[in-house]
Amino acid sequence: MAKNVSNKTIDNVTIRFAGDSGDGMQLSGGRFTQTSAVVGNDLSTLPDFPAEIRAPAGSLAGVSSFQIHFSSQEIHTPGEKPDVLVAMNPAALKVHLKDLVPGGTLIVNKNAFTKKNLTLAGYEDDPTEDGSLVDYYSTHFIEMGKLVTNACEGIDIPSKMVDRTKNLCALGVLFWMYDRPLKPTIDWLNQKFKSKPDIVEANVRALNAGYNYGDTAEIFTTRYIVEKAKLPKGKYRNMNGTLASCLGILTASEKSNLDITFAGYPITPASNILHTLSNWKKFGIKTYQAEDEIAGIGAALGASYGGSLGITASSGPGIALKSEFLGLAVMTELPLVIINVQRGGPSTGLPTKTEQSDLFQAVYGRNGEAPIPVIAPKTPGDCYYATYEACRLAVKYMTPIMVLSDGYLANGSEPWLIPDPSKLDEFNVEFAKEIKNEKFLPYKRDKKTLARNWAIPGTVGLEHRIGGLEKQDVTGNVNYDSDNHEKMVEIRAQKVANIANELPKTKIFGEKNGDVLILSWGSSHGACRAATESLLSEKLKVGHVSINWISPLPKDLGKILENYKKVLIPEVNTGQFRQIIRAEFLIDAIGLNEVQGKPLGSSKIEEKVKDLING
Amino acid sequence: MVDKPILKKADFESDQAVRWCPGCGDYAILAQTQKIFPEITTEKEKVVFISGIGCSSRFPYYMNTYGFHTIHGRAPTVASGLKISNPDLSVWLVTGDGDGFSIGGNHLIHLLRRNIDLNVMLFNNRIYGLTKGQYSPTSEQGKVTYSTPMGSLDYPFNPTKLALGAKGAFVAKTIDRDLKHLQSMIKRSSEHKGTSFIEIYQNCNIFNDGAFSELTDKETKSDRVLKVEHGEPMIFGKESNKGIHLDGTKPQVVTIGDKYSIDDILVHDETDAFIADMLSNFTASDTFPEPLGVLYCVERPTYDDMMVDQMNEAKKNTKGPKSVNDLLNAGDTWEVK
Repeated sequence: MAKNVSNKTIDNVTIRFAGDSGDGMQLSGGRFTQTSAVVGNDLSTLPDFPAEIRAPAGSLAGVSSFQIHFSSQEIHTPGEKPDVLVAMNPAALKVHLKDLVPGGTLIVNKNAFTKKNLTLAGYEDDPTEDGSLVDYYSTHFIEMGKLVTNACEGIDIPSKMVDRTKNLCALGVLFWMYDRPLKPTIDWLNQKFKSKPDIVEANVRALNAGYNYGDTAEIFTTRYIVEKAKLPKGKYRNMNGTLASCLGILTASEKSNLDITFAGYPITPASNILHTLSNWKKFGIKTYQAEDEIAGIGAALGASYGGSLGITASSGPGIALKSEFLGLAVMTELPLVIINVQRGGPSTGLPTKTEQSDLFQAVYGRNGEAPIPVIAPKTPGDCYYATYEACRLAVKYMTPIMVLSDGYLANGSEPWLIPDPSKLDEFNVEFAKEIKNEKFLPYKRDKKTLARNWAIPGTVGLEHRIGGLEKQDVTGNVNYDSDNHEKMVEIRAQKVANIANELPKTKIFGEKNGDVLILSWGSSHGACRAATESLLSEKLKVGHVSINWISPLPKDLGKILENYKKVLIPEVNTGQFRQIIRAEFLIDAIGLNEVQGKPLGSSKIEEKVKDLING
Repeated sequence: MVDKPILKKADFESDQAVRWCPGCGDYAILAQTQKIFPEITTEKEKVVFISGIGCSSRFPYYMNTYGFHTIHGRAPTVASGLKISNPDLSVWLVTGDGDGFSIGGNHLIHLLRRNIDLNVMLFNNRIYGLTKGQYSPTSEQGKVTYSTPMGSLDYPFNPTKLALGAKGAFVAKTIDRDLKHLQSMIKRSSEHKGTSFIEIYQNCNIFNDGAFSELTDKETKSDRVLKVEHGEPMIFGKESNKGIHLDGTKPQVVTIGDKYSIDDILVHDETDAFIADMLSNFTASDTFPEPLGVLYCVERPTYDDMMVDQMNEAKKNTKGPKSVNDLLNAGDTWEVK
């Protein structure tokens, strides 16, 4: 090494890449994530991009970002304020600088600070020239546009393409700063642009240019070492929530021998489930892009009626359209899995931002008494288990089940201990069998689960009619009798309630009794767990219970709540789960609510708990 | 399967009491369906009737086959999912002018476009019956109903034209009172591979009685109905002396006699999209007779067949991951020891 560089070992770092939507920030973030995973850090990510595909270049609305928190210890959140901000243009700087920690590292693509871009971002003076940044942050103004132009000299590609390799240049700088290998990225580039060697060459040179810049520029004097995290033993990979859900579906198909028909309609942020499954035809998964959200769930229900497992996925507004069909699935007691990747609402809301505000919609959002089970995954990797369980129990209990995920889980990722599908609960399927000279009773039930028979067309002797009109108990004939109706309402509710018998004992993290219980559901798990760890290290009497099943709730939850003076429920909505808990257990649960289109941060939870303890 | 015994009409009758209004045209359609089905299949366990909501949509309850009474307008979606997941079934969709063209119009056109191998029976009575008499998307403009006391303002759909416009590959029309014709259309649709669409004029004797009386009354029907048959000249009228003649590209009604002979009469070709389009235009006109029969029938690859082909093609690819375990372990992985 030509210059004097000191190595400093640190526990964890949060980096945010920010730039124009066309700057490739998601790619830079994704590659940094993959490399950090391979070197063995624990990590958590938060991609954030505008709803517009190509908002005007250089505008504030067009800023896209990707945050990664990586560590040598176990972590649960993508971090709050970044330690390092990479700003590829003035707009990105304007939007994100307020989040950078005081004294943090700021890396700026100097070439993008043109008069036009400065005006678009609303800067009167160039902040890279007026000295306003250098006093507060460890700043590095790098002429990335120039670096890549020089690096790519001699490659026969348009200058526009050369300019687009800036993101790899920025990535190279960070790889140098955090001492990460370039090889995984180079291998990936070779794979991705297999048929375009010039593009591979340009990107590799840009990556090296950034790395070498770090290596040689005098301003970089420290490299930071983040050691491997001490995670439980086993084989790991990086996993995001979308892929995890899809793998859960495929696992369900393999273990049950059921055909899967996935029918859906494109919607942010759920479309990637359709895309992923569409590539798995060789595993027998059929996918169907329907004409609208209603047709998506209708086709899925039709497939379930025919003896496949029908699955659909959507997000809030799409789920609203599907709700009448959910009622029909409740009435006809057919298995169906609905994945709701929640986004900011109401209405079209914030399509690319995360929220937990569809909880009421999931639990209650249908006409009539129409209970359905609702399971919420806690982390990106947990989407695998939640989706598998939803598939298994939808069939076992002959019911629609909603998986209540969100944009943060779907797009976020974490190092994931690869599961062994053979160790999951068995998934056996039994269709009603052919009969002769005997009347088939479609609504006869299993005594234990209360599930009815799954009798599929094509089976001799089981010809029968189902539909949305109220059913007579046992026979399934249309029936308007008042006592029968009440009985059927109770049976349908009891069947959902019976799923609580399947749930494992609720785990308590931290103190088993004490001052405050932090109760979370779904993706708030990470922030709550991180806050609890920190509070426990301060010897506070705090516990954390993280709920997967919202309907039905675990049977032992009520008793657990009694063991704490106060119950705090942090969630990304205005208190929906809190209302359910208050109604169910008649306790004065306290809320911590933020609705800002992003996951909760752990520091606010810590503060809130301390406030509660101190009175 | 040849081994199976021929079924009887009674085999297709369920044990549920039929609950349409006395005198409803639906009775005739149900009876003719049950009558012709023994000729269509010996495997009733493979037959599924799917419906939406409306008077017509009660149909599945009365057929002793598999049946699914779904929700308003959405039967095509359930039927599509069923057929895709289980291509071996014979799937029949029963809908009405409100269910199929109003709330479910979107699904119906997409079904026709995709050409999933289903049979659609659309009962058109030009009125909402189950909700007690509001105008429907096929009601004539100016219709006075409970919701339109001064007359309806909207123009009606032309169902067969809509079906053709949506790329329907089998488009037919029949009427509840003509029992033999009704049977033959159901049979023809069962033989067609792909989405087959039959519009069935059906009298609602309570809320829109006599909507089709011109086409059924002894006095008028011969002059008002044109029964089209593939390869046959388009002749109609009490004396069978009227016909459709093409004057250039313009159809006209002519009388066979002095000026025109039988050779001047247009011969129906159900594979000709232009003829089908012309016939569908007759519906809305005072000049032309109402065409009944198969207006259009061509073979086109079905969605379900093509989907099976894609699945088989994908399964031939033996490279890459073979199981979920392979996929779980794909990409960059590392060991924590």
